[in-house]
Amino acid sequence: MTTPYDAWSTPERAALRDSVTRFVRSEVVDNLPRWEDDGEIPRDLHKRAAAAGLLGIGFPEDVGGEGGDVLDISVVTEAMIEAGGSSGLIAALYTHGIALPHIVSAHRANPTEQSASLIERYVRPTLAGETIGSLGVTEPGGGSDVANLRTRAVRDGDAYVVDGAKTFITSGVRADFVTTAVRTGGDGYGGISLLVVDKGTPGFTVANPLRKMGWHCSDTAELSYAEARVPVQNLVGEENGGFVLVMQQFVNERLSLAVQAYATAQRSLDLTVAYARERETFGRPLATRQVIRHKLVEMHRATVTARAYTRQVVERAAALSAGATGVDPMRLAADAAIAKNDAVAACDFVVDEAVQVHGGMGYMRETEVERHYRDSRILGIGGGATEVMNDLIAKILGY
Amino acid sequence: MNIVVCVKYVPDATADRSFDSSDSTVDREGVDGLLSELDEYAVEQALLAAEDGDGEVTVLTVGPADAADAVRKALQMGADKGVHVEDDDIAGSDAVATSLILAKALGTLEYDLVFFGMSSTDGTMGVVPTMVAERLGLPAVTYGSEITVDGSTVTVRRDGDVATETITATAPAVVSVTDQSGEPRYPSFKGIMAAKKKPVEDLTLSDLGIDASEVGLGAAWTKVLSFAPRPPRSAGEIVTDEGDGGTKLAEFLASKKFV
Ligand SMILES: Cc1cc2nc3c(=O)[nH]c(=O)nc-3n(C[C@H](O)[C@H](O)[C@H](O)COP(=O)(O)OP(=O)(O)OC[C@H]3O[C@@H](n4cnc5c(N)ncnc54)[C@H](O)[C@@H]3O)c2cc1C
Ligand SMILES: Cc1cc2nc3c(=O)[nH]c(=O)nc-3n(C[C@H](O)[C@H](O)[C@H](O)COP(=O)(O)OP(=O)(O)OC[C@H]3O[C@@H](n4cnc5c(N)ncnc54)[C@H](O)[C@@H]3O)c2cc1C
Repeated sequence: MTTPYDAWSTPERAALRDSVTRFVRSEVVDNLPRWEDDGEIPRDLHKRAAAAGLLGIGFPEDVGGEGGDVLDISVVTEAMIEAGGSSGLIAALYTHGIALPHIVSAHRANPTEQSASLIERYVRPTLAGETIGSLGVTEPGGGSDVANLRTRAVRDGDAYVVDGAKTFITSGVRADFVTTAVRTGGDGYGGISLLVVDKGTPGFTVANPLRKMGWHCSDTAELSYAEARVPVQNLVGEENGGFVLVMQQFVNERLSLAVQAYATAQRSLDLTVAYARERETFGRPLATRQVIRHKLVEMHRATVTARAYTRQVVERAAALSAGATGVDPMRLAADAAIAKNDAVAACDFVVDEAVQVHGGMGYMRETEVERHYRDSRILGIGGGATEVMNDLIAKILGY
Repeated sequence: MNIVVCVKYVPDATADRSFDSSDSTVDREGVDGLLSELDEYAVEQALLAAEDGDGEVTVLTVGPADAADAVRKALQMGADKGVHVEDDDIAGSDAVATSLILAKALGTLEYDLVFFGMSSTDGTMGVVPTMVAERLGLPAVTYGSEITVDGSTVTVRRDGDVATETITATAPAVVSVTDQSGEPRYPSFKGIMAAKKKPVEDLTLSDLGIDASEVGLGAAWTKVLSFAPRPPRSAGEIVTDEGDGGTKLAEFLASKKFV
């Protein structure tokens, strides 16, 4: 029996890692290249992941989740990628990780008949793998500046009439509903609300899937709202209280992206070490060359230091959610942004070197590191771009 | 329907395994252990058989302290409780002694059926289920590739080289299952967390009324005389095709009795 030496290696988390690894090897690895070509993952995969008890981790049991905290979600993310999945797979299969938390936190903060109904209609079926949800914040006019989004929702009787457009929406092509950020009030962050918009709502249309550099197994959509009538019952939380809900979730989303980044780095490193041992040039394995060994060490260093810092921030985020008083939420928001930037930089460096050490093979579609190279490029753009993170960090630290 | 599944903790079959040179038993120091993969199939079938009723699935193992990992894994998969027989004097026991300990331990439990894997992934003898059945005077239906439990009747399909047999027995009975019986589930997050609270009873030889002289290396009916690592793979034979490659290939296959 191995003795746990930290919160990431308890017998329970080791078992969770094992289960995820088995799921990925049996359900994902052989199919992923086909899903990449298809431009989406099958709905059935959501059902299978739910049946294996892997979809609802991090969501409380009373809303249909499996329980567990942000460490447990991070273990799932690490294992999904390190066993042969990808950040694109996480984006597609775990879109509910960004589409549902606002609905859950609004319900927990102030349970009403309306919030309970949203849990029953959207949260439970999605965590059971039966429906798919997306989060619609970004607009053609801008994504970084969330406080100035322009999609408008005007109250008319028992409905909001929504006009506007969203773009780059993950799983938007397949989504049964979109948790949409809209402007219900005046300018700035104080006028934003969240509305759940059902597919099939008249006036709400989903354009063709967007073609992308990476994340090919994850469909991405442009959405348009033309006088789409959304029942007021689909308002999440308070009217004009949407910005806070969105911002609260950004910490978790950024930590998830940081975990995806160092896990992608770890996977790419593992594949590269194996390749360097196997591949011979000038009569000897690449791994016998000092130049290559130093590359591997630099990749290793970038990976483990990014992991150590991100995990430390994840531990504090878990402590804060569990009610610890010593964690300053603002400082945590800054540190999550630092973790994202650091892990993304590590990942960018590692995937580039991984392709380089693979030589011509590294440029081929059949080589896994080629996919990680393309997939990881988005990690420094989505969920708050690197520059925007630095701005946030500077503001919080007072620099 | 109460079911006991007997499981074994074995060295990971994907690791480099070896024997301990001092007593020619399996070296457990250098390699991680786990629940024998073939026993996962037995756990799966036991869970399925118990699913609709109000009975319990108990997982029973005989093994060193680390064997608690195998019990825990089965509890994570969904078994209700565990029994772990651990005693320094058990070390080096052969199949005969192991079957004695299991039979005595089963004597302390309530069961309708006792499930086993078809064999362990380390010893691969596959004799323990029948030995236990013999000791307890129970019918044994072994190597089941399809298991159906209906009331107190258990029916198994047994796929042989020349025929497929269907065998039934009435509980109490011993059942062993093959790796064709259906993919074992892996623990869900809820299962993993729930297992932390499930009871595991630790028993020693004296709890079972077994004298140390009846088990262990000293009592073994068999003895490992010598062991040697598998020789390293030698380089394959390379045949240059000078127009007769096909013939040479056929000759090679024939010489190795592949064709
Ligand atoms: C594959 C993919 C999936 C996505 N999924 C979703 C989704 O599911 N839901 C969703 O709502 N959005 C999604 N997005 C959108 C994503 O969040 C945005 O792309 C991101 O927030 C950046 O916004 P933008 O593209 O409008 O870039 P812009 O805001 O136009 O920024 C462009 C560049 O300028 C920099 N910049 C911006 N403002 C400043 C400043 N003040 N100072 C210095 N530099 C600045 C940025 O860092 C960036 O490098 C996705 C995007 C992609 C590509
Ligand atoms: C799109 C594409 C088009 C191409 N077109 C052509 C073409 O038209 N004609 C043609 O002949 N070839 C072509 N190539 C092949 C290309 O020239 C080779 O990929 C390139 O020479 C590298 O060789 P390799 O892929 O075998 O990598 P390897 O030689 O295996 O090298 C792998 C990595 O190890 C490093 N490395 C190798 N040896 C050492 C050493 N001794 N010490 C330290 N580091 C070392 C390399 O720098 C590289 O980073 C093409 C390749 C691609 C991807």
